[in-house]
Amino acid sequence: MSAIQQVPTSRDHAIDVARLREQFPILHRTVRDEQRLIYLDSGATSQKPLAVLDAERDYYLTSNAAVHRGAHQLAEEATEAYEGSRARIAAFVGARAEQLVFTRNATESLNLLAYAFSNTSDKARTGAPRPDGSDRLVIGPGDEILITEMEHHANLIPWQEVCAKTGATLRWIPLTPDGRLDLGRLPELLTSRTRVVSFVHQSNLVGTINPVREIARAARDVGAWVFLDACQSVPHMPIDVNELGVDAVAWSGHKMLGPTGIGCLWATDELLYSMPPFISGGSMIEVVTMEASTFADPPKRFEAGVPMVAQAVGLSAACDVLDTLGMDAVAAHEADLTAYALAQLDGLVGVRVVGPASTEMRGSAISFVVEGVHPHDVGQILDSRGIAVRVGHQCAWPACRALGVPATTRISPYVYNDRSDIDAFIEALDGVRGVFGFH
Amino acid sequence: MQDLYQEIILDHYRNPQGRGLREPFEAQVHHVNPTCGDEIDLRLHLKTRDGVVVVEDVSYEGQGCSISQASASVLFDSVVGHPLDEALAFLDRFQEMLQSKGALQGDEEIMGDAVAFAGVSKYPARVKCALLPWMAWKDAVVRATEGDMT
Repeated sequence: MSAIQQVPTSRDHAIDVARLREQFPILHRTVRDEQRLIYLDSGATSQKPLAVLDAERDYYLTSNAAVHRGAHQLAEEATEAYEGSRARIAAFVGARAEQLVFTRNATESLNLLAYAFSNTSDKARTGAPRPDGSDRLVIGPGDEILITEMEHHANLIPWQEVCAKTGATLRWIPLTPDGRLDLGRLPELLTSRTRVVSFVHQSNLVGTINPVREIARAARDVGAWVFLDACQSVPHMPIDVNELGVDAVAWSGHKMLGPTGIGCLWATDELLYSMPPFISGGSMIEVVTMEASTFADPPKRFEAGVPMVAQAVGLSAACDVLDTLGMDAVAAHEADLTAYALAQLDGLVGVRVVGPASTEMRGSAISFVVEGVHPHDVGQILDSRGIAVRVGHQCAWPACRALGVPATTRISPYVYNDRSDIDAFIEALDGVRGVFGFH
Repeated sequence: MQDLYQEIILDHYRNPQGRGLREPFEAQVHHVNPTCGDEIDLRLHLKTRDGVVVVEDVSYEGQGCSISQASASVLFDSVVGHPLDEALAFLDRFQEMLQSKGALQGDEEIMGDAVAFAGVSKYPARVKCALLPWMAWKDAVVRATEGDMT
């Protein structure tokens, strides 16, 4: 082998994007008059590799049955596929299988947590039976729930609802003008009244990565539960849930190469065992009589009805794909694309990045505005060049308001993107203002 | 793409007609497009002339994409000064064209600048942008005519 063919040491674990893209047939289709698709909207949902699609198909072709019921071989195999997937996905974040609850999506995971408070508070009021240790979930007037101004609506509205139902007060850590949390406000916001602190690991709007351990430590010091929305972090960086210092972590399958229809909730034993059921029905029970019922231990307590087996199998395969690439390599790859894209954006006239301009504590979601052109129009013009981006308030309307923009255009590159995708995006973006008569 | 961003639309976007909130008015509405955050505040002033209810003024403020903003400007040009029943019939034609998925081009003789929005009908995600001011206006008509003006 000649020296020139040798891969430099620093790139030993670099992602071979061209080879990886062979796993994603959708990335080879054309859009808008036979143009190459450049998919930069993975923050909304990622594309799915063949390995994930094959795993789901194989499951349906060979083992499909309702899990945890039935005495036949298929039911056994299906149960094994489901529980095996739980163990595999838990391992992906350093967790034990029993601590992982499957939900429909991350929004449902966060609602499961929120409802634990309103449901427990209701039961405390009526004196209905509730799990041992659930006193910490009883809240009412005078209690506070602390979130942040950068939350996705999924980690905002469920808590607004809890406050409306229990009389607790919602507080939030404000944003700084460059899209970071104003943590200087933490000592004043975090008090003995604070019962829950729920916040996002990486902002879906501006890419900010929050210092989880620092916030979690302060929250635990005042005795609050600490929850993390990890939708934009689990797919993009190595995560060990035990190292975060939080009580629960919510994320979705479809943003990490997995299928839609499956979300995850990891939680500590203490929290899991003290929460009442969220959705009730079959599969989540211990003993049922006409008068009352008792409930299964977690995670089954939170998985009523026939669960999403095929999706769990698919998500398990997605974890295999990501672990084969290596989450360190995934993070490094995205850091490179982020730095590259930020540098290119910096050189464009009339384009302003919303959020952190540096690569420090920042992920690959990059929001920007174009002077004189509304984000919806920016997205449409990029789309006419085959470039798929997200436009609008990014389900973080209050955060947009705080940053002084009605909406943004966002790119969110992932493992299957490379610098040529960024180049194509920048070239198309450079032409946007021309369409509107700015030169 | 030129289908969508017709020069007429860009002209209305850059030089909106009738923009700004004015007195008097019988109804004021606030409409939003929750998926993209576009907003419009719209006021309607009706006047009866020789027994005919006429759209005397439509005034508005808003923020949003070129399609929604230009559409508000075209709304102003298309309905102000016209009898209300004609303006409502105009809305029906405009809406039918927008929802035709590219099948209807619109008659320029009748619809004027509004025909520039025919291209929007090929982009399902943008139809609601073009309709935002018109739906706000329709809502204002309903509110203003509740009671005596019908």
